[in-house]
Amino acid sequence: MSAVALLVIGISAFVTGYRVYSRYIARRIFQLDPDFVTPAHQFEDGVDFLPTNRHVLFGHHFTSVAGAAPIVGPAIAVIWGWLPAFLWVVLGTVFAGAVHDFGTLWISSRHKGNSIGTLAESLVGNRARVLFLLLIFFLLLMVNAVFAVIIANLFMANPGAVLPVWGSLVVAVAVGLLIYRSGAGILVPSLAALAILYALIWFGQYAPFELPDLLGLSPTAAQLATAGSDPGAAAYAAQLDGQRVGWIVILFVYTFIASVLPVWLLLQPRDFVNGHQLFVALGIIGAGVIATNPPIVAPAINTHLPPDAPSWFPLLFITIACGAISGFHGLVASGTSSKQLDREPDSRYVGYGGALGEGALALTSILATTAGFALYVGIDGWHAHYGSWAAASSGATMAFVDGVAVLAEGIGIPHAVAAIFAAVVVISFAATTLDTSVRLQRYIVAELGVEYGVKFVQNRWTATFIAVGSCAVLALGLDRGAGGMRLWALFGTTNQLLAGLSLLVLTLYLLRLGRSAWVTAVPMAFLLFMTTWAMIVNLIRFVSEDRALLSAVGGAIFVLELWLLFEASAALRRMLRARGSSTP
Amino acid sequence: MRGMAAFRERALARVRRWKEIYEGIYMVPYRTAIQREWRRQRDILFVLGFSDLLGVPSPVQLYTLELIPEVLEQFHSWHLRMGMEEPPEGGFRCC
Repeated sequence: MSAVALLVIGISAFVTGYRVYSRYIARRIFQLDPDFVTPAHQFEDGVDFLPTNRHVLFGHHFTSVAGAAPIVGPAIAVIWGWLPAFLWVVLGTVFAGAVHDFGTLWISSRHKGNSIGTLAESLVGNRARVLFLLLIFFLLLMVNAVFAVIIANLFMANPGAVLPVWGSLVVAVAVGLLIYRSGAGILVPSLAALAILYALIWFGQYAPFELPDLLGLSPTAAQLATAGSDPGAAAYAAQLDGQRVGWIVILFVYTFIASVLPVWLLLQPRDFVNGHQLFVALGIIGAGVIATNPPIVAPAINTHLPPDAPSWFPLLFITIACGAISGFHGLVASGTSSKQLDREPDSRYVGYGGALGEGALALTSILATTAGFALYVGIDGWHAHYGSWAAASSGATMAFVDGVAVLAEGIGIPHAVAAIFAAVVVISFAATTLDTSVRLQRYIVAELGVEYGVKFVQNRWTATFIAVGSCAVLALGLDRGAGGMRLWALFGTTNQLLAGLSLLVLTLYLLRLGRSAWVTAVPMAFLLFMTTWAMIVNLIRFVSEDRALLSAVGGAIFVLELWLLFEASAALRRMLRARGSSTP
Repeated sequence: MRGMAAFRERALARVRRWKEIYEGIYMVPYRTAIQREWRRQRDILFVLGFSDLLGVPSPVQLYTLELIPEVLEQFHSWHLRMGMEEPPEGGFRCC
């Protein structure tokens, strides 16, 4: 199979899904009405509610939902071969993820732009709101911890990316000041920032930076055991731990500062520049695939799985969350997008189309790791890189970076520069998510404080400290950060549970309207079944390996899962009974 | 020549449209947060500048009244937001 063929099949499936399936849902199930007065018109205030051009809203939605997660998940999941990952990304996006995004945008616009949390309270029950808040809390906890580890690992593996990443922060602040303080337009400063960023990427290859190990950590018992008779190897492993801990601490200090700064100063210009990066990365990878048309060297189904790798069924469905279906998208759709929807039919283009864009990003991750990277290191090198479950998890982003570099070489970009470019893309996406997630976590902590009457956590600084501190403890608590990627499965599970809750809300609403609800009920049942099964598998693994922290966090998420299953079955029973009694 | 001018006009309109979309994507994600903060700061400014209207004596009222032409429209949305259907006694005739 050639990479171009796979790309064409994937994109064709997305186009067909948009033109056929989403049209069917829009016409028959959601019955979108062009005359419906959307909340943006009904409550227009120029602050929360404002009718917005559909292309603008699409750009906002797409760049908000597409980040590092749709790159990392597929890059890990190809350990089972490219075929399962490809099928789940394509079918999951078309039949579950895009329907979820489309649906959450639509249902929110039908309910005054209310968030999924508020809708869960009114359609599922009072407890559902607290469940929703707890799910978001755990989701953000996982995201922040795991992304900090990913960024730290990428800084260590790509020292040339340090300068452009931190330099881009200074450039972003300059853009924010130029736009808001000097009244400069948006176009010129943004394009200048992008040009400076690419100059820094080019310059980065000549100015690599390695964080010195200031902590001087001693080797752990496990490192000494692995090193055997070579004490130098154990000392080197401890030194890497010191560097990783250093980067993680720096990242959390940075996120603390970034999350309390005014958004116009850093987050807004930074997100915007990263939005450009998204399109440039998609363009480079797509052009590289077409120009080089590499064969897919990695196996379609990996029959030489490492002994510690779990079975793809059901772990695949939580390893790839974003890129197939993600509950986080519902927060964006019902939080901001729905309040700015100009016409109800736009929800199909913005919601369904935005999720397809993320699916395309996941597709490029599969191509980069199974065609680009595999071509670079050869089939034996590929099997060696994916030689254990732990190595596959921690080395996934490196495989993506090298894979993109190989594809970019095909269009004339030097390998070293392309590798730094790919590392900067992943780090920037992960860092943007980190900034936003810590800010959101701060709000969730404060809201839970209000819910349970705990006054001191409602304070801005305390809430930020709790948000950052809890994530740092989790990230550093797993083998000094080296085991942080083990949280990926828990992140995927929580994200799918959140999506399951949103699909439950949608299903209940469709049943209340007396419409066919299978388009949301089937993905919901599938997700809840797969995540429950995967969670049981993970918990057994954590407990058998004597992993106290992972077992505790995983156990808490499993309780939320059982809670959701209980709420779902109770609410569906109530709804079906009500429908039965109202039928003459 | 007329055809060229029409083509140029159409092209410019298209460029303007794309520029609006481009700038819109910059503003949309954080518009709510920025507008809320801006409104909060403006509300504080109104309370400080026109506290007389709420029964709190203000030594600078004489000077801040000069702002009336500038803030008339904003004053209306402010008193509505503060829960006053009518403008406070002695205030501006904004509605």
